[in-house]
Amino acid sequence: MTLIRIENLKKHYVSGDETVEALRGVDLAIEAGEFVTIMGQSGSGKSTLLSVLGGMNHPTAGTVEMAGIQLYELPGERLADFRAVNLGFVFQSFHLIQYLTALENVMLPLAIIKMKKAEKLQAAMEALERVGLAGKADRLPNQLSGGEQERVAIARAIVKKPPILLADEPTGNLDTKTSEEVMELFRRLNDEGQTVVMVTHNPENCAYADRSIHLRDGVVAEERKAAAIARSAA
Amino acid sequence: MKLHTISINNLRRRKAKMAFLTIGLMVGIATIVTLVTLTTSMSSDIGKKMDEFGANILIMPQSNDLSMSYGGISLGRVTFDQREIRQEDLVRITTIKNSKNVLAVSPKVLGGVRLGGKDALLVGVDFDSELKMKQWWRVFGEVPKKEGEVLLGSTAADSAHLTPGDTVQVAGKPFTVAGVLEQTGSQDDSLVFMPLAGAQKLLGKEGRITLVEVAALCSGCPIGDMVVQIAEKLPEAKVTAIQQVVESRLKALDHFRRFAYAVAGVVIFIGSLIVFVTMMGSVTERTTEIGVFRAIGFRRGHIMRIILLEAALVSLLAGVLGYAAGMGGAKLALPFMAESKDAALVWDTTVMAGSIALSLIVGMLASLYPALHASRMDPTEALRAL
Repeated sequence: MTLIRIENLKKHYVSGDETVEALRGVDLAIEAGEFVTIMGQSGSGKSTLLSVLGGMNHPTAGTVEMAGIQLYELPGERLADFRAVNLGFVFQSFHLIQYLTALENVMLPLAIIKMKKAEKLQAAMEALERVGLAGKADRLPNQLSGGEQERVAIARAIVKKPPILLADEPTGNLDTKTSEEVMELFRRLNDEGQTVVMVTHNPENCAYADRSIHLRDGVVAEERKAAAIARSAA
Repeated sequence: MKLHTISINNLRRRKAKMAFLTIGLMVGIATIVTLVTLTTSMSSDIGKKMDEFGANILIMPQSNDLSMSYGGISLGRVTFDQREIRQEDLVRITTIKNSKNVLAVSPKVLGGVRLGGKDALLVGVDFDSELKMKQWWRVFGEVPKKEGEVLLGSTAADSAHLTPGDTVQVAGKPFTVAGVLEQTGSQDDSLVFMPLAGAQKLLGKEGRITLVEVAALCSGCPIGDMVVQIAEKLPEAKVTAIQQVVESRLKALDHFRRFAYAVAGVVIFIGSLIVFVTMMGSVTERTTEIGVFRAIGFRRGHIMRIILLEAALVSLLAGVLGYAAGMGGAKLALPFMAESKDAALVWDTTVMAGSIALSLIVGMLASLYPALHASRMDPTEALRAL
């Protein structure tokens, strides 16, 4: 089942007298349960594509359909509600709230939904267990390593069990070993049925994905399936 | 985890900034509380004085008089058509609308007499009312309780060499000196006081009154209205308010009150600017955080609630501390500002509730734009990484 469908997506930025065409007509379809990486050099438009997918960046033209809903036709705050229910975000710099513990950071998306305190606590602890950090629930972000912070960010993204997980350079600030652990985690989540769309500049991360999409100058330049990725890695 | 958890934890983390914010607002509230409490306490002090010290309404018979002058030389005033007040009419004073503000009604009859061979002014009074009105009187001996007894002013007693227990001839009749007044520094020092009925009989003015002094509880009463109300009840009398001194004090206090409110306005404006600038700084500092909130599905309203809740908590604290500090300041300043040394500080729950409410209103209003600004942040711009 196609979960995400993008058609003729364009995004232009106006900078002074200059118009920058970040996306110049992207067509893409992502199936439910798929693990897709988006590769490309700086300025290729991959981060713009992810922000448009995340419902935070209105496209200049084209459509984004998610779970059968035309994302940018949603009125007003319904887009925020859509994000709250359907999307989980993992950021490059983790973006954990420094004054909240790991557990509270994970509970953050639950702050705006009606749910009993005990249920919120249970959901957050389950998410922390899934990323292997149940024992560090009461630590503040600055008491955690980079890899642990990334895993807290992942737990925060999955705590509401959203159908789609969007990740922006999740290993960008991590060493090789920790990067592998985080990618293993994403792979495991995907094996459990989680759809993952990840922007990365690291070709090694593509080995964990079902499909890798290469953007160049705002258009899809190449698509590789898992088998091809494995051959390439070998 | 609820939205208020985020607000409270953020306040805990940014202790220095929030302390600065609290102090900024607290100073404004404390200034207002100090000034309001000072003016209220000073008004109360003056009002208390009015209540305690003497008459503030004078009732005299109507009379027509002319100012006489000839060749540029003033010959004084000539009174004709002198009328009188009947004692039985005085009961009407108790029927005026503001009768609850009447502390004491003291009728008097006056007349010239010979006291031990010297001329003196005899005043017949109702001692119960007179003592209620002149609480500063100190009597050596006793206050006259029956006919045949007099109370002498200190000068009158000295000049006739009389002390309590002596007998003295008043208008040719023997009277016992029941008591002598301690020196008051007023006209009372040279007067001879005796019970009203006895004086009326001695002066041949039974049932008639020369003048009436009324003490009104005037810390809050409309004395002007009371004068009009009494004049309506006693059309044959001339009713005047003796309040020039008090009025001038109240006028000065009114000027101080206006000045105080102007100062308070400026201080609270500066306080609100501090809140505004600090909250804007806080919002800018938290740009990424707000971007995260928006990215994970927080509505604009949620962001506003977080910011305004923080403002409300800080304002509430500033209001409570500001009230406490303001009352402390007023307590310290009152002895230097009030006329009497024992002026009491007025603890008014309205001031307490008002100062907390004002702090909340100012804090929330000053934070409204920063909250709106935060809620309107573009999550992509806020996060940049995406």
